[in-house]
Parts: sequence; structure tokens; C-alpha cells
Amino acid sequence: MAIETIAPPAEDQAPPRTLSDRMRLLGTGDGVITLVLVAFVLVASLAVEGFATARNTGFLLLDVVVIVLIALPLTMVIITGEIDLSVASTVGLTGAVMGQLWIAGLPLELIVPLCLLLGAVLGAVNGLLVTRLGLPSLAVTIGTLALYRGLAFVVLGDQAVADFPRAWTSWAISTIGDTGIPVAVVPLAVLVLVFGVVLHATPIGRSLYAIGNSEDAARFSGIDVARTKFWLFVVTGVIAALGGIYWTLRYGSARADNATGLELQVVAAILLGGVSIFGGRGGMVGVLAGALLLGAVRNALRLASVPADVLNIVTGVLLIAAVVAPQVTAWVRRRAAARSRSA
Amino acid sequence: MSTAVTRPPAASEETSGRGTGGASLVQRLFAVREFGILAALLLLVVVTVVVQPRFLSQQNIRDLLLSASILTVLAAGQTMVIITRNVDLSVGSTLGLSAYATGTLLATQPGTPVLLALLVGMAVGAVAGLVNGVIVAVAKVPSLVVTLGTLYVFRGLDALWASTSGRLQINAADLPTGFKSLGTARLLGIPVLFLVAVLVVLVVGYYLRSYRSGREMYGIGSDPEAARLSGIPVGRRVLTAFVVNGALAGLAGVLYAARFQTLDATAGSGYELTVVAAAVVGGVAIFGGSGSVVGAALGALLLTTIGTALPQLGIDPFWRNAAVGALIIAAIALDRVLALRLAGRLRRRSSRGH
Repeated sequence: MAIETIAPPAEDQAPPRTLSDRMRLLGTGDGVITLVLVAFVLVASLAVEGFATARNTGFLLLDVVVIVLIALPLTMVIITGEIDLSVASTVGLTGAVMGQLWIAGLPLELIVPLCLLLGAVLGAVNGLLVTRLGLPSLAVTIGTLALYRGLAFVVLGDQAVADFPRAWTSWAISTIGDTGIPVAVVPLAVLVLVFGVVLHATPIGRSLYAIGNSEDAARFSGIDVARTKFWLFVVTGVIAALGGIYWTLRYGSARADNATGLELQVVAAILLGGVSIFGGRGGMVGVLAGALLLGAVRNALRLASVPADVLNIVTGVLLIAAVVAPQVTAWVRRRAAARSRSA
Repeated sequence: MSTAVTRPPAASEETSGRGTGGASLVQRLFAVREFGILAALLLLVVVTVVVQPRFLSQQNIRDLLLSASILTVLAAGQTMVIITRNVDLSVGSTLGLSAYATGTLLATQPGTPVLLALLVGMAVGAVAGLVNGVIVAVAKVPSLVVTLGTLYVFRGLDALWASTSGRLQINAADLPTGFKSLGTARLLGIPVLFLVAVLVVLVVGYYLRSYRSGREMYGIGSDPEAARLSGIPVGRRVLTAFVVNGALAGLAGVLYAARFQTLDATAGSGYELTVVAAAVVGGVAIFGGSGSVVGAALGALLLTTIGTALPQLGIDPFWRNAAVGALIIAAIALDRVLALRLAGRLRRRSSRGH
């Protein structure tokens, strides 16, 4: 909401020439957040007992898998200036359908593609409402957040389905040898590469930034804005469904309230990663760092036996800080510019 | 975020000279909208009564009004925020925090007068609203993100307080009788809680309709930049909307405590969606700039009635949330269609020349 009619001034995109330019580049999202992540991991390794162990790394990464996964398409959605708050409900609904189909006796080899198809349909509903009817994605996806979560309860009620085959559920939490790194990280890394390359090295990616910076300009340069956005929502639905399948297997239980509130963590990770909520700016490296930082902070706090309630306080504060910080730095820069002009 | 793709032109710019045409059209639209909700409400009640004649028993109506009153108070505050083209997703957490604060106060100081408890609850809410408003107005960041953050911060503080104070749950036995009777008291057979909600709707509605600063909120929501250029103190008005909304969420927390009398840190979880739904279903445009508190109150009544009617109709109550979601989408789609039609009609009118 709070539609800013006047977009914040775009950063000067010239290549860095001087040291101060390089410093400024660090000050835009990616650089800073990566530094913060490295610093935090170093401090936590020294200060928190049991943080820098293979076992804990495994736990940390397991928690981050679904967040990174959903952040991939959602980053693109936010770069185009839209948002999808229904992703966590899609995780819940696909999990619930998965459980109900399993009760009905379908094999998982068939259930998985059906659930992915369902995700595509759920995403297409969002996409159609946004692009066809021209409704604001914020309002639409608040609506589908409630609708899909409600349907998850309609499908599964308050029961839990937990008798999935051991082979599948143990794969979801198995690790590569004794490194502690979950096996699931391998396909995830492939997806991260694919999305990263599409966003940063293809015309499609460039068109997403163009749409986010100015929809009219993008339209005049021949980009089919509506179609691009529609398919983005579909892809987001499919990936969220994939997240739902993985979530169900990882916890070994399909429940209608699975992943409630996860959308906050995904959005927080993306904004922490330096993606502008106004669209048009941000990148995949930063998002990856943002998700890892959020996961590391929560993990370290848990190890330091900070109560779970505080974890949410920290997540909320980080989210707010992520949107406020760029505004503050922009203000400071404006002040400095004004002072140098008047001098 | 997500700028409305093509916003319909404001009626006032289109009808120069004969300003009444556009205004009456707009008025008619709203009349139709509120009439539409009433019709839906009546239809729902009639159908339910046919299936289950006991639905309109005195006790049932009283329960319905009681349930609707908390949602109505929240929806009234949310309307003010949405009109300024913002949103407050933290109201459920604010309600929880205020309910727990009020409960703690009354459990530890049983002699506290009800009115003082009410004011304390409202003050807790107002502070929460102030936090939201300052961040939104001063840092100029989208309220959606800020209040999504404070949703978790306030809820976390609530849970932290409950777990560290050694009072995880406050039960009816811990609360003084005087306060508990507020939840069941009636005036001429009407629940007092509902009368409080009606009073809130009347006051907020009157402010938005008849006070200059209230009108300016509509101006801010229609076009923030134009509002700024015309000298409206945008930041201060947005801050006001958030503080009032916070105070009302605080009041809702007190009413919640009086009605349910069993409080823990989860009170009000997930309310925010229903509140936004009530406002949007009631014709408050999610892009800001239009809507009425009465509409939002009718929206709250409709949603509450759906919740109580479903089980009576033999429909699984799990459908309620799905219905809330579907109603949000239907309402914004309807607004969009009406706005497009209105814009088209105004264009035709101005192209004919008068």
C-alpha cells in the first residue's frame, strides 16, 4: 500500500571509479548485507556455543531452504513493483491437498506433479486478478492469503497426515556425508543459479527491472507487462507448491496450518537483501545473503536459549530496519548534497 | 507498493462547472454499496432462518451483536488508516497486547475502576499506533511492510510478557466482577459492548465527514502529492490516523477481555485479515480516498453473520476463512468495475459538453 507516487531517485548506475564510489556501491543492499552476514557468522561462531558445528549448520540450512526457495520468484515479483503475500497459504494448501491425496491412496509420484499443477493454478488466480482486472496485488494476495489458508482447512480440517513413506521423509532431512549440509541444498542451488541467471543475465530479467522502474516506459519499449506479471505469479505459485511439498516431507506431517506466517520471513529476507519495496532495484545475491542472515540470527538466538517469542520480535525489527535504512541513508545523502551546494 | 495501474480520474476534476453531477453519482454509488451489503446481510439471514428458525432467537442475535462489536471497533479505526492510503496489519497484535495489559492490571489491582482499565487499554493501543505512525510518516516507508513487522514485534512482546510474568493465562477467576459484567451488561436489552461499538462508529464517522482534518484524510488518500502541494500536513494526518486506530484497537482489546475473560498471548491472532476484509467489503477502497465507517461496520456485521450462519446451515465452519478471502477479492473487484464504469460515464458526460 502507501503507493509512493514519486519513486525514490534511481542510484547513479555508472561504474565505480573512485574509492568513495566503491564505498557507495557497498552501501547499496548487496554489499552491506553480505558484509553483515559474514560479520555476524564470525561473531556468532566465537560467541555462541555450538553455532559453528556441522550439525548446527545442517539445522540452520534446513530452516532456510524453503525461505530461499520461495524468495527466488518473489524477489522477481517485488522487483516488478508487485507483491504476493499468499505464498505461505499456498504452502499450506498444497501440503493439505498432498495429505488428502495420500489418504486417498495415490502414489507420491503422481501426487507431486498434481500439487505443482495446483500451485500453478493458485498463482494463475493471483495473476489473472492482478493483470486482467488491474487490481492491486497487495489487496488481491491478502485476499488469497485468507482464501487459500481457509481452503487448506476445508481440505484437511484440523487433522494431520503423517504416514508418508520413510524413504521420502528421510531424504528431506538427510545430509551430504557428515558435512551437515542437507541434500536438499543441491537442487535448491541449481534453482538459485537458474533464477539468478534469468534475473541478471537475460532480457527477461532486464525487462523485470524496466517494469519496476517505470511501467509506462517498459510498455513503450515493447515489453508485454501484463503477460510478464501473469507468468511471474504462476511461477511463484509453482515454487510455493514445491515449498509445500518439501515442507510436508521435511516435518513428516501435512497440516492445514503448515508455514503460517512464513510470508513475513520471506519478505523480510528479500527486503533485508536490499530489494526495494518500490520495485526496480535489488538482486539475487543480496536476497540469498538476507535469507541466510535471518536464518543465522534466529538460529544463534535459539542456541543462546533466547525464547521463541523474541525470535519474532527480532524478525519484525529486522524487517522494519530493512525498509527504513535505505530511506535514512538517502536522507543523509540529500542533506550532504544540499550542504555542499550551499557551501 | 504496487501502484494502481490506471486509477480512475477523481470525479471533482471531471465535472467542472456542474459539480453536483459527479458528486451525486459518487453518493449514489456509496448508497448502492451500503444497500448492497444490507441486501446480502438480509438474504443471508432469511436463508438461515428458513433452514434454522432458531437463528433469530434473542440469545442468538445478542451473541451476534457481541461478536460483531469487537470487529466493528477495529474496522472503524482501520477505515481511517485505509482512507489515507495506508494499512495497519498489526491491529490483531495490538488488541492482544492491550487485552493482556488490561487483564494483568485488573488481576493484580482488582480495585481498579472499569473506566480506568478502559483508558489504560486504549493508551497501550495508542502507543502501538504511535510507533507505527511515526515509522510510516517520518521514514516514509510503506505501511504494509512496517505493520507486518510490528504485527510480529507486538505479538512477540505480548508473548514475552506472558511467559516472563509467570501468568501465561489470565482466567475469569482472576478478573473482578465489575469488569466481567461489562461483557454481559445490557441496556434496554441491547449488549453494552455493541452500544460502545455504535458510539465509536458515530464519532469516527462524524469526524471523517464533518471535520476539516477528517476531510483532509480523504484528500491524502486520493492523491498524496496533490494533498502535500495544497498544504495539507500529510505526515501529521497519517500519524493521527494510526494513533486513533491504535487506540481503537486498544479499546477492542479491553472489550475482548471483558467478553472472553480468558486471556493469553494469542488473543486476537489473525484478526487483521478479517478487519481489513470488513473494511474492504464495506466499500472502503483499498487505494485510499474513499469509504465510510458505516460501510465498514456493515461489513463487520456481514462477516460475523457469515461466521455464525455457516454452522447453522450445516456448512463446515472451516469455510469461514475461505469465505472471508473470497469476499475481499469480490469486494475489490466490484470497486474496480464500479470505478471504471463511473469514470466512463463521467468521460461521456464531459465529452458531450454542457
